[in-house]
Amino acid sequence: MKILVAVKRVIDYNVQIRVKEDNTGVVTDNVKMSTNPPDDNAIEEAVKIKEAGKATEIIAVSVGEEKAQETVRKALAVGADKGILIKTDGVLEPLAVSKLLQKIVEKEKPDLVFMGKQAIDDDCNQTGQMLSALLNWPQATFASKIEIKDKKLEVTREIDEGLETIEIGIPAIVTCDLRLNEPRYASLPNIMKAKKKPIEQINASDLGVDTSPRIEHIKVEEPPKRKAGIKVSSVAELVQKLKNEAKVI
Amino acid sequence: MSVLLIAEHNNQDLKPFTLNAVTAASQMGEDLHALIIGQNCGDATKKLSELPLVKKVIQVEAPHYENFVAENFAPVIVKLAENYSHIVCSANTFGKNLMPRIAASLDTSQVSDIIKVISQDTFLRPIYAGNAFATVKSKDSKKCITIRPTSFDPCEVSGGSAPIEKAEASEEFNHTKFIKREEIKSDRPELGTARVVVSGGRGMQSGDNFKLITSLADKLNAAIGASRAAVDAGYIGNDHQVGQTGKVVVPDLYIAVGISGAIQHLAGMKESKVIVAINKDGEAPIFSVADYGLEADLFDAVPQFLDELNKLNTIQK
Repeated sequence: MKILVAVKRVIDYNVQIRVKEDNTGVVTDNVKMSTNPPDDNAIEEAVKIKEAGKATEIIAVSVGEEKAQETVRKALAVGADKGILIKTDGVLEPLAVSKLLQKIVEKEKPDLVFMGKQAIDDDCNQTGQMLSALLNWPQATFASKIEIKDKKLEVTREIDEGLETIEIGIPAIVTCDLRLNEPRYASLPNIMKAKKKPIEQINASDLGVDTSPRIEHIKVEEPPKRKAGIKVSSVAELVQKLKNEAKVI
Repeated sequence: MSVLLIAEHNNQDLKPFTLNAVTAASQMGEDLHALIIGQNCGDATKKLSELPLVKKVIQVEAPHYENFVAENFAPVIVKLAENYSHIVCSANTFGKNLMPRIAASLDTSQVSDIIKVISQDTFLRPIYAGNAFATVKSKDSKKCITIRPTSFDPCEVSGGSAPIEKAEASEEFNHTKFIKREEIKSDRPELGTARVVVSGGRGMQSGDNFKLITSLADKLNAAIGASRAAVDAGYIGNDHQVGQTGKVVVPDLYIAVGISGAIQHLAGMKESKVIVAINKDGEAPIFSVADYGLEADLFDAVPQFLDELNKLNTIQK
């Protein structure tokens, strides 16, 4: 079984986001970048499945600028066998990304495609579902547990009401929740080994997909600042304020 | 053209956030139709038809719709979408799972999780977990929109009498099978919709000490939240996590106990109406968003808080 894992390079989740002064976006120059956190869970799960002898090959794919190669390289260090970088200028919308991934799926013919449930930059939560619509494959979103059963997967999904379990036929798309597993750190020898693994570079423009934006970003602004509050000196004062001033208890 | 809202329900009742989505959808166009897909969902359909903002209800029933599988829902919605300018639903796990499947089939670039309708094609949405707000304009002729329910008020629930029309079901998708749903049953309000949330952080020092949070939450009829640090330390399950990678909450009152206020936690709670922070570190970033800050050791302050609450004649529920 072959697993394709899609990974995205995003601003590290510990970085304080700053909006550009001209309101065209957020500052990304000289900012620490990392793999989108739930994409780490997606890679981890694929590696675990391979270690259990149920997968033979893991391909990590990223769509982005040249530097996204680092994100693919990290996936290789954790255990992916080969990498693909679909090179683009600038940021693409999930619809365009899913169309590009569709081309890779048609070429590589994986049995499963894993990715994070959502990217922490644009917070769209769309790519996995869109890819499964384009391929007409089953989808298991927000997965917190995956069991492989012959030509099927049993997946537990994190939903607002609690947990839902579904069974999907292979081939399928799974989007991973942070609760799925504990991503490992790449060991130094594996980081060295990853440098020798192949990364195929493909220009997005060579894949015959219309990636032009359909959504215009008119402006990006700082969210409204909260007014600074007050410090209270005692619990009694706090409770009195909550009761009589804020009127919330 | 008209706006089509996809109702979320459990076949008997409408899910509460459907009411917020109706309000949002009504701001995108005058003529709002609501689509309900399910099995034996007559009761929920009737409730939908009573919403004054809804001008027409379309009901589709079939056994394979009983458990809201997106692969079954999408084809029938895509077919009906022909007559509509906007397809709308809530950005909760139901809508997040479903809408992109519809959007991709319609070759539309979806606008996710909007918090404001600026015009029929322009919307405000948070990005980077609410650390920036983007004003975006959809250039697609058909728009697929999910809305953040807590950013819109629920609509009126009675007085309307929209006609109910039945539509033909689509075929079943054979590769996805629903097995079971385990709803977390609790006397406590749900974290996403609770009026009051009491959260603990790494300052709790142990899972056992979370009992303090539980007693405070019991007293205030509150949901229990936690910071990622507390979850990572194993003090409490991650279904309680508030923040960028957990739940985004907007309660009337948010009480942060022993939480320093990492960026990723603030992203999940800073829109709360009133924020209280209890922390012994006076420099903790949580105080920068707190309406009422108490610089104190939580192990003294929380028991005192309970005592003070016990002195009150009434506590809002």
